Amino acid sequence: MNYSTAEIWMIIALMGVGTFLIRFSFLGLIGDRPMPQFVLRLLRFTPVAVLPAMVAPLVLWPVATDGQFDPVRMLAAIATIAAGLWTRNVLWAIFAGAVTLYAGIGITAVL
Amino acid sequence: MTTSTMKTSATSAYWAGLRDGAPFVLVAAPFAMVFGVIATDAGLTLAQAMGFSVLVIAGASQFAALQMMVENASIAFVLLAALAVNLRMAMYSASLVPYLGAAPLWQRACVAYLNFDQPYLLSISRYEARPAMTVPERFAYFVGAATPITPLWFLMTYVGVVAGKSISDAWALDFIMPIMFLALVAPMVKSLAHAAAAAVSVSVGLLLAGLPSGTGLLIAAGAAMLTGALVEVWLETRAK
Repeated sequence: MNYSTAEIWMIIALMGVGTFLIRFSFLGLIGDRPMPQFVLRLLRFTPVAVLPAMVAPLVLWPVATDGQFDPVRMLAAIATIAAGLWTRNVLWAIFAGAVTLYAGIGITAVL
Repeated sequence: MTTSTMKTSATSAYWAGLRDGAPFVLVAAPFAMVFGVIATDAGLTLAQAMGFSVLVIAGASQFAALQMMVENASIAFVLLAALAVNLRMAMYSASLVPYLGAAPLWQRACVAYLNFDQPYLLSISRYEARPAMTVPERFAYFVGAATPITPLWFLMTYVGVVAGKSISDAWALDFIMPIMFLALVAPMVKSLAHAAAAAVSVSVGLLLAGLPSGTGLLIAAGAAMLTGALVEVWLETRAK
């Protein structure tokens, strides 16, 4: 990480303000004036649109292996997605992913 | 209604919120702790990690900001990516207006600060199920639902930072963050439109991975949001 201390605090402060303004937006400032239907629709997809694009390169080209494909990390990712889709529960998905990751690392270390 | 009965009904709404919010501590605690561990691993100080948890209180976007910072993205891209993850909360804010729009400004500001996934989801379902709730009762319930989680979020970040200093590379911490993100997203993929958005997000994200940090992500996210919305519109017109 190459940021100065001041830059890091600036990121934290701006994120705090930005997040608060997003949460405050309608309730505090915009009131109950209607928003365009299509904008509301777009907003609904933000988590599903942002997070997969962020994770996909990390799964295929992990930082820890200098970008070399790693079957253990791939399996852990698949286990997380499968458990998340199946149980609809964040905690179970994390559990499945972590168990697969550490089991995989353990087995590779023994072999 | 006298002042004392009003107070009593708000107090019982607060306790009801507290009871309903308590189980979510199990989700928030490990999440905050992992944030503390990873923030330390990435090079943040204790004060900076706590700053994130206290000022932002939004798990997924805190992780997103950290990830962009590890990649040394420009500050504008760090903020854009992390705040984009929080845009869903504008939806939360909008949907609370019919229930809390009449509350005093300071109460609406409190609710905004605490408007993260768990208190919001609990409260909105309570409001829908009990239309007779008064505005003070609704406010009290919301604050009650946030009461168990919020201090724990701060405390467990601290525990994570302290614990993080003694954790070695063997723990593959680099991959805990991807697992967190996948675990958050997978349960949200509940329709064809969501699946299409996620698929576009992954493919465009991989195609543009070579661009400077953050650029590809933003293009991928925009394309994916548009895909999701358009597929949803298409499905709805087809169903008619």
